[in-house]
Amino acid sequence: MTPTLQSFLIVSAALFSIGLLAALSRRHAIFVLIGIELMLAAANLNFIAFWRFGPQQEAPVGVLIALFSIAISAAEAAVGLALVIAVYRHYRTTNVDQLDQLKG
Amino acid sequence: MSRSIIDHLWLIPAAPLVASLVILSLANSRRKSAAALAVAGQLAAFAMSAVAFLPTLRSDGFRSTHNFAWFVFGEQTLRLGFILDPLGVAMLLMISVVGLCIFIFSVGYMAADKNFVRFFAYLSFFSGAMLGLVIANSLLLLFVFWELVGLASYLLIGFWIERPSAAEAAKKAFITTRIGDMGFFLGMLWLYDRSGTLLFYDGGRGCLEPAGLAMLGGSATLIALLIFFGAAGKSGQFPLHVWLPDAMEGPTPVSALIHAATMVAAGVFLVARVYPLFSWGALDGVTPSLTMVVWVGVTTALMAALIAIAQTDIKRVLAYSTVSQLGLMMVSLGVGGVAAGIMHLLAHGFFKALLFLGAGSVIHGCHGEQDIRRMGGLRRSMPATFATYAVGMMALSGVPLFFSGGWTKEEMLHVAANWPPSRAPYYLIAIGVILTALYMTRQIIYVFFGSRRAAAKQAHESPPVMTLPLVALAFCSVFFGVVLTPAWPWLHGYLTGESVRFDPMRLIQPIFFVSLALVGAGIGLGAWMYRKAGAQDGDRPAEIDPLEYAQPALFRFLANRMWIDELYARTIVAFAWASARMSDWLDRRFWDGLARGLGAVGRLLSIFATGVDERGINAGVDETTMGARGLGRLLSLAHAGRVRVYLGVLALGAVALLLFYAWLD
Amino acid sequence: MNSAAFVLISILMLGAALAAATLRKLMHAALCFALTFAGLAMFFLLLGAEFVGLALVFIYIGAVAVLIVFTILLTRRDAVKERRFSWVGAVIAVAAFGTLAWSILRTESVSVVAHRVPPLTVGRIGEALMTGYVWPLQCTGVLLTAALIGALVLVMEEKQ
Repeated sequence: MTPTLQSFLIVSAALFSIGLLAALSRRHAIFVLIGIELMLAAANLNFIAFWRFGPQQEAPVGVLIALFSIAISAAEAAVGLALVIAVYRHYRTTNVDQLDQLKG
Repeated sequence: MSRSIIDHLWLIPAAPLVASLVILSLANSRRKSAAALAVAGQLAAFAMSAVAFLPTLRSDGFRSTHNFAWFVFGEQTLRLGFILDPLGVAMLLMISVVGLCIFIFSVGYMAADKNFVRFFAYLSFFSGAMLGLVIANSLLLLFVFWELVGLASYLLIGFWIERPSAAEAAKKAFITTRIGDMGFFLGMLWLYDRSGTLLFYDGGRGCLEPAGLAMLGGSATLIALLIFFGAAGKSGQFPLHVWLPDAMEGPTPVSALIHAATMVAAGVFLVARVYPLFSWGALDGVTPSLTMVVWVGVTTALMAALIAIAQTDIKRVLAYSTVSQLGLMMVSLGVGGVAAGIMHLLAHGFFKALLFLGAGSVIHGCHGEQDIRRMGGLRRSMPATFATYAVGMMALSGVPLFFSGGWTKEEMLHVAANWPPSRAPYYLIAIGVILTALYMTRQIIYVFFGSRRAAAKQAHESPPVMTLPLVALAFCSVFFGVVLTPAWPWLHGYLTGESVRFDPMRLIQPIFFVSLALVGAGIGLGAWMYRKAGAQDGDRPAEIDPLEYAQPALFRFLANRMWIDELYARTIVAFAWASARMSDWLDRRFWDGLARGLGAVGRLLSIFATGVDERGINAGVDETTMGARGLGRLLSLAHAGRVRVYLGVLALGAVALLLFYAWLD
Repeated sequence: MNSAAFVLISILMLGAALAAATLRKLMHAALCFALTFAGLAMFFLLLGAEFVGLALVFIYIGAVAVLIVFTILLTRRDAVKERRFSWVGAVIAVAAFGTLAWSILRTESVSVVAHRVPPLTVGRIGEALMTGYVWPLQCTGVLLTAALIGALVLVMEEKQ
C-alpha cells in the first residue's frame, strides 16, 4: 500500500495527540516542554507532507515554513528551559501545579 | 364774570381741604396756627361763597354749570362738573357761616384737649367735603363727597379714641350710613345704565333734564327710592336713624356742625337736588317715590319727637330733635314744598347749631355734666348762654313772628295741608309741632329753671370765645326770618326762581293762627307738666321725671328709644355675627382641613417616593452590584493559576472548534 | 515511496513519542524524546526534504535534547513523585486525535499518492530564503537574538 497523504496526516495527528498527552498529564515542567516540542514537530510534519503531495511551486513554501518553525521552536525551547531553571531557583520546585500564584 | 366764578367754584371746597392738609402736617403743639388756619380756610370759603352768591341774584332760575371730562375709557367718557344755582349757593352760605361760628367756638371748647390740632384738621376736612357736596353737578362727584363727609363723621365721632363707647358709636354710624349708601350706589349705577350720564345738568343732556329723565321710563321710581334710601341713612330717617343719637359721643362742636346743621342735612339736600327724578311723571304733584318720602318722614318725625320727651341727656334730646326735624323736612319735600323744606333746612342749621353750642356751653360750665336732672337754675349763673339758648328753643319750637323757625314751620304746615292725596301727614306733623314745643320746654325748664342741683351749683359762664358765636347764631336765627315771611318771601322766590314782591298785607296768613295755636299748646302743656321738674313734688322724688311718675311704662318705652336698637341687635347684628362665625368655622375647619388634606397627600406621595427610592432603586442597585460581584467571583474561578488547566481548556476548545467546523461541512 | 519504510518509521517515532510522554524517569524520557526526532528526521528524508531532516537532527537532537538533559540535571533536587495517572489529559488527547483522524479520513482530497518531484536542492532553498523570504529570515534572526539574550537574562545569577 502506497502511503497516501492521508496516512502521513494521521501519523502527524497521532504525534500531536501524544504531545498533547505529555503536556497535559505530566506535572514536571520539562515534560510540558517536551510535549510542546512534540506538537510542534507534528505540525512540521504536516507542512512537509503537504508540500510533497501538493502542487510544486517556484519556491518550496512548505519546506521553508518548516525551517522557520524549527528555528523558532528551538528558540522557544531555550527560553522555556531558562524559565524552568529560573523558577526552580526561586521556588525550588518544578511542579507546575505548585505555580498557581495567579489563581483567581 | 359769572363764567369765571363757575369755573373757579371748586376753590370753595378746596380752601378748607388744603387747610386741613396743612394742619395735619403741624405738630401737636402748634395750636394757634392750627386754629388760625382752620378759621382762615373757613373765612376764605365764606368770602368766596358770598362772591358766588352775587351772580345768582340776577336772573330767575339761574343755573350755570362747569363740566369737565374726568377720565376716558374706550369710547365712553366719565364727566364730572360743578353747578352754581340758588340751592347750592344758599347751602354754601349756611355751611360756611355756621361752620365759622362753630370753629371759633371750638377754640374755646377744645382748649383743654390735647388733640386740639387733630380736631381742627378733621373739622376743616369735613367742611371742605361738605362744601364740595353741595356744588357737585354729577351724582358720582356728589357721592364722592358724600363718602368723604361720612369718613369725616366717623373720624370726628370717634375723636376721643380712648373711649370705647366713642369707637362703637363711630362704627355704628359708619355702618348704618353705609347700608344706606349701598342703596345710593345701586341707584346711581342703574341711573347711569339707563340714561348714560351722571351729570345733572348738561345743556339738555343731563340726567335730571327732561331728555335724560325720559330715558329712564318706569325705572325712575325705583331709582329714586334707592337714592332716597341713601339719603335716609345720612339724614337719620327711620329705620336708619339709630346712629344719630349715638353720634353724640363725639365732642359737642362736632354734634353741632355735623349732626345738626350740615351732614345730616345732606340727605335732605340730596332729595332736593335730584327732585326732578322724584317728581318725574307726577300726577297732581304726586309720585310713588314722593309718597314714600312723605310717609317715611312722618314716621320719623313723630317717633323721634316722642322719644325726645323721655331723654335725660341734654345732647340726646337735641339729637332726637334733629331726627324729628329732618323727618319734617322730608315730609315737606315729599308733598311738593321743596322751597319750604330747604328754607327750614337752612333755618334749622342756624338754630340747631346754636342749641348744640349752647348745650356745649352748659356742659362746659357744669364741668362735663350732661344729665339734665342734675342741672337747674342756670339762667342766673349763665345768663348769656340762657338768653341765646332761649332764642334757639323758641326758633325750634316754631314760635311765630319773631323767629325764623316759626316762619318755616308755618310754611311747611301750609304745604302739607294742601297735599292732594291725604291730609293725614298734615295732622301728624301738627302733632309733631306740639311735641317739639313740649320737649324743648321740658328741657329748658330742667336745665335753666328751678333750683340748682348737683353740678349746677358750681356752674359759671363760659368765656367770650364761646358765647360770642352763640350770640351770632342767635342773631341769624332771628333775622334770617326776615327773608322768610310771606310778606316778602324772598328766599322762596330765590330758590324757586319765581318773582316776589314785598307786600306787608300778606304777613299774616290763615295758617299763622294754626301754627300759633299749636306752638302755644305745646309750650303751655310743657310748662304745666314740668313746672316742678327736677324738684320734689309731693310723692314724686326729685330725680324722677313727672311723666315717668305718671306713666312709668310709657316713659320706659320712650326712654329706651322704643327698643329699636335692641331689635336691631337681636336680629340684624345677631345675624351678622352668626354669619361671621359660620364663615370662620368654614374657613378654619373646611378650607383649612382641605388644605391640610392636600398637604397630607403631598406628604404621602413623598413617603411613597422615598420608599420607592430606598427599597426599589437603592435595593435594585445594591442587588445589581452584588450580582456583578458574585459574577466576577464566579468568573474568577476560571483563573486556576495552573498551566495544565489552561492548556487542557485550550485543547478542549480547539477540539470543539474543529468538531464544529467538521459539522459545518 | 516505500510503504514498509513508512510503517516502520511511524511505529518507531510514535513509540518513542509515547515513551517520552509516559516514562517515569526523566532521563529516559528525554532520551526517548531524542529518538522521536530521529524518527521524524527519517520521515522527512522519506518525503524528500533532506535538508529539513538533517536540520532537524542538528537542532533538535543536537541542541534541544541536550538542553533538556542539561536542565534536568540542573533541577534535580526534588524528585517529582508521580502519583496516579491523570486521566483527563488522556481523554482530551484521545478526543483530539479522534477528531483529527475523523476529519482527515473524511476528506477525500487528501487521498492522493505522491507523484515524482524534482529533488529539492539546498540551492533552491537558499535562493528562496534570500529573495522571496528575506523578511521572515531577518525577523527570525532578530527573534533568535532576543531569545538568546532573554534566556541569558533569565538564568543570570542575581548580583548581590
